[in-house]
Amino acid sequence: MSTTTPAPGGTGPAVLVRGARILGGEAADLLLSGGRIADVGPDLSGAPAARGAEVVDATGLVALPGLVDLHTHLREPGREDAETVESGTRAAARGGFTAVHAMANTDPVADTAGVVEQVRRLGEEAGWVDVHPVGAVTVGLAGQQLAELGAMADSAARVRVFSDDGKCVWDAVLMRRALEYVRAFDGVIAQHAQEPRLTEDAQMNEGEVSALLGLRGWPSVAEEAIIARDVLLASHVGSRLHVCHVSTKGSVEIIRWAKERGFPVTAEVTPHHLLLTDELVRDYDPVFKVNPPLRTQADVEALREGLADGTIDVVATDHAPHPAEDKDCEWAAAAMGMTGLETALSVVQHTMVETGLLDWAGVAQRMSTAPARIGRLEAQGRPLAAGEPANLVLLDPAARWTVDPAAMATAGRNSPFRGRELPGAVVATFLRGRATVRDGALVEPAGTAR
Amino acid sequence: MSRHLLSAADLDHAAAVHVLDVAEEMAATQRREIKKLPTLRGRTVVNLFFEDSTRTRTSFEAAAKRLSADVINFSAKGSSVSKGESLKDTALTLQAMGADAVVIRHPASGAPHRLARAGWTRGSVVNAGDGTHEHPTQALLDAFTIRRHLRADGAPTGSGTAAGPGSATGRDLDGLRVTIVGDVLHSRVARSNVLLLHTLGAHVTLVAPPTLLPVGIGGWPCEVSHDLDGALRDGAPDAVMMLRVQRERMSTAGGGFFPSAREYSRRYGLSAARLRLLPEHTIVMHPGPMNRGLEISADAADSPRSTIVEQVGNGVAVRMAVLYLLLAGDLGGRA
Ligand SMILES: [Zn+2]
Repeated sequence: MSTTTPAPGGTGPAVLVRGARILGGEAADLLLSGGRIADVGPDLSGAPAARGAEVVDATGLVALPGLVDLHTHLREPGREDAETVESGTRAAARGGFTAVHAMANTDPVADTAGVVEQVRRLGEEAGWVDVHPVGAVTVGLAGQQLAELGAMADSAARVRVFSDDGKCVWDAVLMRRALEYVRAFDGVIAQHAQEPRLTEDAQMNEGEVSALLGLRGWPSVAEEAIIARDVLLASHVGSRLHVCHVSTKGSVEIIRWAKERGFPVTAEVTPHHLLLTDELVRDYDPVFKVNPPLRTQADVEALREGLADGTIDVVATDHAPHPAEDKDCEWAAAAMGMTGLETALSVVQHTMVETGLLDWAGVAQRMSTAPARIGRLEAQGRPLAAGEPANLVLLDPAARWTVDPAAMATAGRNSPFRGRELPGAVVATFLRGRATVRDGALVEPAGTAR
Repeated sequence: MSRHLLSAADLDHAAAVHVLDVAEEMAATQRREIKKLPTLRGRTVVNLFFEDSTRTRTSFEAAAKRLSADVINFSAKGSSVSKGESLKDTALTLQAMGADAVVIRHPASGAPHRLARAGWTRGSVVNAGDGTHEHPTQALLDAFTIRRHLRADGAPTGSGTAAGPGSATGRDLDGLRVTIVGDVLHSRVARSNVLLLHTLGAHVTLVAPPTLLPVGIGGWPCEVSHDLDGALRDGAPDAVMMLRVQRERMSTAGGGFFPSAREYSRRYGLSAARLRLLPEHTIVMHPGPMNRGLEISADAADSPRSTIVEQVGNGVAVRMAVLYLLLAGDLGGRA
């Protein structure tokens, strides 16, 4: 029964999704109307509200709440040659996302209310997903002085996640102050854990492969030392810490230790760190150059285990598009980063679901519910139940596809999965009841002529 | 058939011995009145140097010219290389010029791999030293020098049977003990030598302070020691190779790898006293350029054991062999 008020921004005709396996469980119908899930039941075809609704046959498809990315680089403003909010959010919708957090390392840096509001507005104009800007912790990401965190929190962008991502807030006093300060508005500091002196000019994971390749090593201790310090600081001041893109076994162990003690810590892992290792660097192809670097198989195993047992709360893409010329060069000169929005769900299916480490409910928790909660997004990451906002993704777990960066919506061609066959395809994405993706293809908003 | 020489690991045992044998033939032609061979007439070899190294460049240039190849020297040092993109553009330019082989020296580890694998050039790529990765022709000339001194007929550790007097043709370095001393971490010479000398059957020992050995060295086919006196006295090496140590590495900005030049020299330099620990037949090597008084004393550098000057001459023969096999023969090997 449809008894709820329309969700803000919810538009379009009613949609009846038939026979979707909700969180991979029993097949059910979902009726989407007025931007909300009006009803869920075994057979809604006869429901009065379903009359005239557009019908989506979801037989064999899994329904999950719309995915939420805590870590996306949309590059705008400043690096529109790499990505725009428009192209990046199209990629997000195609990947099954209904919300992304846009990282602050733009040009200008998102360290003022003005810039975060601009990014927010660009996201609204694009209309593919909800764009939640991340605010910089320090002015210009310079690690010297706190940015006006309160102004960004109070702005129309309602920033709750703050990060100097790409740079580590390495000064212990500054990190302490940031953690303390954002408590006033329930913010969280998302730390890019990288001890700068131990990683000067670092090129790849420090170990057997770096020794042979003669590339400057990026020791795991550089990440782990900062995480160890920060979990202790978070506990000391009682503030929320989120650890970005955890990449080592030791980091997982430190976070597990902190969580056992009830420290207010959450953590994320990227899809690429769940699958790829530093062995791929042997040919010096910069498509595999990323920060933090690809590690070893033992680290991959520990990350999967940590994600399965809840030590790591979230899968976040760290989607980092770069123009071709920033990768089409020798390793040391290349930019760090990989695209990820359009492959994330498939990589998680491959590494976590098909290995039996997670079921679909577990995937929903880690790719939607938990990131939405960490970002304090009230209308995202909600259960697929009557009355909830109609943000959801339908995926075909039986599909197989070969990754072709040229066919992606992102402007970046730097996918490390290129040429790989992956399982699982996003068939449809709904943002407040409107299909942004149908039959695997983007659906242009009505009334626009793009 | 292998088209490139990017790493010493590209050469298996047979290929490595074959290169050394062809280098012997090349060296023999260089003792003749007319040194020039017509083998590569009409072929173009480009020396693409993104880093200053007159020594290596002139060695390759001489090798290519003595094989009658056309040589283009392309020095890109200090230009717009910082962006890296120019490696691709330069490669495309050279491709357009019809380069049959590109000899590349580059400050970035792996640059030759990119050149060979990214489809920017159809020519053969020879790694003439990339960053802190490898310098395979240096290892070949070192192996050539070692073989001549220690494996030729009549050599103190050589076997007594084979072709002509003084010939080492067909032989490897089986059982020889080679000690490599110094800044292994930053040394492309050390990496290539460990791989090649191991392929040829030698026992390699690396000696360095722990700061100048890479983390992850455990998988290398060699022994590791921090005690030079012990390695020289108890290891009884047949060859000792001293690596260049850059003074700037002792400063904090340079990484703080050792406290002072004096301490480095005291602990890891080849002094006159250490020279006396060596067996009589042991040769002393250095890839150059040397820091006299830091990693090597004048006594060692100028002693009759020293092969340092000879190494330079052997470089031309070895590089002739590599260019010949890549462009007109078959390098063989693993790649
Ligand atoms: Zn980061």
